[in-house]
Amino acid sequence: MSTRHDGAWVAEQADAWQRVAEDVERLEQGRNAPPDAVLRAVQRYPEVAGDLAKLRRMDAGSAAMRGLEALYLRLHDQLFTPPSNLKHELARLFRHEVPVIMAELRTRILAMALGFLLAAAAGWWLVATYPELARLFASPEMVAGVERGELWTDGLLNVVPSSVLSVQIFANNIAVTLTAFCLGTIYGLGTLYILVLNGLMIGTLFAFTAQHGLHGRLLEFIAAHGFVELSVIFIAAAAGFTIGEAIARPGHRTRTAAFARAVSRGGTLLLPCALLLVGAGLIEGYVSPDPRYPLWARLAIGIGYWLAMVWVLSGFPGWRGTSSNVATVAVDRSR
Amino acid sequence: MANDSAAAADAAAGEDLRRDQPETAAAGSLRLASVTGVDITLRIAGLGGRSYAFLIDWHIRVVAAIAWVGLGSLLLFGDLLPGAGGGYPMLYGVLLPALAIYLLYHPVLEVAMQGRTPGKRIAGLRIVSLDGRVPATGALLVRNLLRMVDSLPTLYAVGLASVVATRQAVRIGDIAAGTLLVYEDAPRPRNRDAVPDAAAERAELARQLLRRWDRLEDAPRRELAHRLLATSTDEVALQHADPADLKERLATLGGADAQRQ
Repeated sequence: MSTRHDGAWVAEQADAWQRVAEDVERLEQGRNAPPDAVLRAVQRYPEVAGDLAKLRRMDAGSAAMRGLEALYLRLHDQLFTPPSNLKHELARLFRHEVPVIMAELRTRILAMALGFLLAAAAGWWLVATYPELARLFASPEMVAGVERGELWTDGLLNVVPSSVLSVQIFANNIAVTLTAFCLGTIYGLGTLYILVLNGLMIGTLFAFTAQHGLHGRLLEFIAAHGFVELSVIFIAAAAGFTIGEAIARPGHRTRTAAFARAVSRGGTLLLPCALLLVGAGLIEGYVSPDPRYPLWARLAIGIGYWLAMVWVLSGFPGWRGTSSNVATVAVDRSR
Repeated sequence: MANDSAAAADAAAGEDLRRDQPETAAAGSLRLASVTGVDITLRIAGLGGRSYAFLIDWHIRVVAAIAWVGLGSLLLFGDLLPGAGGGYPMLYGVLLPALAIYLLYHPVLEVAMQGRTPGKRIAGLRIVSLDGRVPATGALLVRNLLRMVDSLPTLYAVGLASVVATRQAVRIGDIAAGTLLVYEDAPRPRNRDAVPDAAAERAELARQLLRRWDRLEDAPRRELAHRLLATSTDEVALQHADPADLKERLATLGGADAQRQ
């Protein structure tokens, strides 16, 4: 036990702590921190720890102790927080994590697609059997237009410029995707609701337009962007449904841990999904409503973009340097 | 700088400090392990602290968004409120950026300010991961994405219920992202300012104890004196000190510290 007066000891150390604080401030500047400040901080870390331990016994709860504790925590943060490298983080995300999670979710994605098709078939059957139900999903203007033999997408570019249309579309689609994912939290029911609702809407609209001989033109309209747009919704729904399943059936993990893991892994897919939806929105704004594009061109764009999506979500297979980059990223991560 | 490794070792032994994993030391706190064996306990923010920070942030983002509407309108149209005549320039130049300010305030600032926002800073809070570090960008984005669930059905009802119901006072977004909101407790590095406070506290306590000395029973006053003098007096000497000796030592402590002020 020290026989020196504690206040005197604290006063003696104050200057040294102040110098450490100045070094920590330099470290908090990130990459611009001078190397000598980094070295000093590493050397002083155990000394500050020792001082803190001593001060805790001398002056528990005092302002000096709390100040030193805050300084110690900042120093600890600076020395032990792993460095971040956005380029490597993104490379790891796209080349390693996304393909692995996609492979995990493959069956569920197919199940979501099947569920969507069943809902679309149900929508088709409902409107084919009870034509008046089309008004549940189509606005009075849309109904009136179709009954006149006009599709609501006809002349769309005369009303809204492509740029505006694209932004509106991809913003809406991203919102739907995020909602489908997040509502998985309600035991997957929210996700299921959005999936089924969208399926019913597509089926209903196709059935309704078919009754007036316009379904071919509707198909032509969605050919360029629909493949990717729908696929992304299936992916988000699968990820959302996984959250619901994690809560309902956590397996060997705690419910909280299973939920956090499902959100984290599913959330990883949302960035590529959002980027893909931006592309789909641009196609929907510039290509889909433009009558100059024939069906074969639309199909080529739609299928080509879908194949590009599969390539991206598979981790860019065949791209030169992929494996070595993944290895580099893995090594960086392990540091 | 003291190299008092014995002090560190004592603290380490006394508090069972070395741990491989962080843990919640008790309900409402998070204990951070360190390689030195000297760990830190962070206080977890409850409903009050969270709400306080959120309300400050909400006001800031609302004011910032409205300010942009006015400024953008003025710059683009020379009029504070151009109304419906603005068309697409109004939409893209004014309304969408204002909406972006409102919606992206939390995710952008939390990433840029390492788990803080202006509101959290004012409230003395910051976001940390479960190991006490600055959360990863992905975790901060997930945390904000799940606001959609926390805000259901209205007025953050789900989030509030979750904060009340969980031991660590976390909303759904925090559970998903593995984050916590903790108090910074940081008289930021103004240690020099803190030193006189510590000495003053102790001196004042010594003086108060002396003033009440005759009115207190022997056992409690001896215990209080021991606690105040423990760090500056040898333990054996304290055990054998009579009341007069204790009074003298307290007078010295109060006087010495008072003089230093």
